[in-house]
Amino acid sequence: MQPFTRVVGPAAPLLRQNVDTDLIIRIEPLTQLKPSELGPHAFEQIRYRPDGSDDPDFVLNRPQFRGAPILIAGRNFGCGSSREGAVWALMSAGLRCVIAESFGDIFFANCFQNGMLPIALPGATVERLAALAADGAPFDVDLVGKVVRAPGGETVPFDVDAQRREALLEGLDEIGRTRKRDAEIAAWQAQDRTARPWIWQLAS
Amino acid sequence: MGLTQLDKVWAEHVAADLGDGWSLLHIDRHLLHDLSGTGGLEEIAERGLSVRNPELCFATPDHAVSSAPGRTGETFAPGARLHAGLRDLSAASGLHYFGLGQMGQGIVHVMGPELGITLPGVTLVCGDSHTCTHGGLGALAFGIGSSEVAHVLATQTLRQRKPKTMRVSFEGAIPTGVMPKDMILHLIGTLGAAAGTGYAVEYAGSAIRALGIEGRLTICNLSIELGAKMGFVAPDDTTFAFVEGRRFAPKGAMFERAVAHWRTLPSDPDAVFDREVTIDMASVSPTITWGTSPEHAIAVDGIIPDPGTAPDPDRRAAWRSALDYMGLEPGRPLAGTKVDWVFIGSCTNSRMSDLRDAARLARGRHVAAGVTAWVVPGSEAVKREAEAEGLDAVFREAGFEWREPGCSMCVAANGERVPPGARSVSTSNRNFVGRQGPGARTHLASPAMAVAAAVTGAITDVRRL
Repeated sequence: MQPFTRVVGPAAPLLRQNVDTDLIIRIEPLTQLKPSELGPHAFEQIRYRPDGSDDPDFVLNRPQFRGAPILIAGRNFGCGSSREGAVWALMSAGLRCVIAESFGDIFFANCFQNGMLPIALPGATVERLAALAADGAPFDVDLVGKVVRAPGGETVPFDVDAQRREALLEGLDEIGRTRKRDAEIAAWQAQDRTARPWIWQLAS
Repeated sequence: MGLTQLDKVWAEHVAADLGDGWSLLHIDRHLLHDLSGTGGLEEIAERGLSVRNPELCFATPDHAVSSAPGRTGETFAPGARLHAGLRDLSAASGLHYFGLGQMGQGIVHVMGPELGITLPGVTLVCGDSHTCTHGGLGALAFGIGSSEVAHVLATQTLRQRKPKTMRVSFEGAIPTGVMPKDMILHLIGTLGAAAGTGYAVEYAGSAIRALGIEGRLTICNLSIELGAKMGFVAPDDTTFAFVEGRRFAPKGAMFERAVAHWRTLPSDPDAVFDREVTIDMASVSPTITWGTSPEHAIAVDGIIPDPGTAPDPDRRAAWRSALDYMGLEPGRPLAGTKVDWVFIGSCTNSRMSDLRDAARLARGRHVAAGVTAWVVPGSEAVKREAEAEGLDAVFREAGFEWREPGCSMCVAANGERVPPGARSVSTSNRNFVGRQGPGARTHLASPAMAVAAAVTGAITDVRRL
């Protein structure tokens, strides 16, 4: 996994609530494209005009936010479908960090699997940061110090789960770590075969 | 203090304590479909890993396969690679696979319960957010992303933190015309689409106890639309009667032993929940969505809300944007709005009880001029049983198309789309922008309300049909 330590750059405000993962990436590109190819399809339903040209009103199309690595989003960002392609599409579009009041649970977990940092902050703080972001001045998101430095000098600390932070900083491979515990898994399964044999003795 | 069902099932599945509140949770049942399942199998193959417990994995194609009569895995050409990948990698890994036309094939969340794969008290996952459906049988079931699918395939475990608990009690007699779908849409409309974030929801109360298993599956299916990645109902005699005799369920003395264990799982009477909500069934009407989030749900005889009356600026903006996308005017009745498409299907409402509800209303009526109406059974078994009862003939005579099992127009991953700008009443679970196709305008409702819309050509209160 790609490590995450620090990201510096413009933060694009998209304060629409309940942005679902279907809106982030429609399912059809996911049946056809590799994760790294999804960027042009991120937010495609609100990003392009009917003729396919960029909608100048969409935040990531504004000159100061093209290529922005940070998104400041509305409440319940990433709700809905479990599609990890939502994270892949955002990353393929150049994003590495999303700041919002809250996130869909599955999307939130998927971020950490891919080196994307989701930061949950109180709604009023998110709104204040969005106001400071408007001209495209760079933010500094520092996972080592667990702090967002906004343009103008305001510093906002954030919480992140300790194990998830370590995994992001080191780019740790979760499957590899769990496989080192295979003896514990085998021991659990051995006792469960006795305790709940119906789990294991599948009829048919 | 007593334990909740979540406490009990969780504790039973901790293979290792990872510290800081993290558990290595054993996964008893893993369902795979042709999108995330194929991807997960490819990923572990690329890494040179094998499936750790193929006997606990069950695969079937549902997302990217056509639902056209006579379909094969190649009918929807862009899905052919995914279909073949799931079939071939399942065979190579030795996991259970149910192919097109075989008993067992269907939407993963219809397949699991009907085959007895889903049991009370199991941990069950799938790379699909509607995995919460299986909670209807008392399973601890939740959707996961592709990376986690690969993790489960390789280790049969997941690294998880225990969620908070919310109990939602539906109390009172179920009013005439009100279906399980109405109950859960009403709840989401009342609490909002993020109310369940971070929670496991336990559905309780006299109205839940009165429901059959299929109704409970429908309720649990929409837990994720409340924001909760898992939702469940305590197992009871209704549950055990449903499970008994199913293909992969324990048999004979083993079944009795399992039931004895399952009876210990419900939350203790003195268990304390992080949040408690009670819904008075007298307040629940046939319910339908007007906007682009499942929380945009109102009684079918209600008025399209005015953004000017929204409780906060965020919702004012969201309502405006939703009304614009949906082509609706605030302040007018929602009933009477003209409809172009009707879709009866999806992991929410494609089981026998749903099709019987729909057929009862469709019998002797006809789909209105200008409306295209589909019925997509949830599984091969549902299809065959419905045909044995003659329901397919009822639908056909009423002007509905009777199709092959799969996700179809709920998620439009297989090219089956509602056209841009067209208005659809759908028994599925998501009315998101573009969900049923770019520009499609989706209203979520029960199978009964879907039939009412199909035969009248407009959103219609099923109680007036």
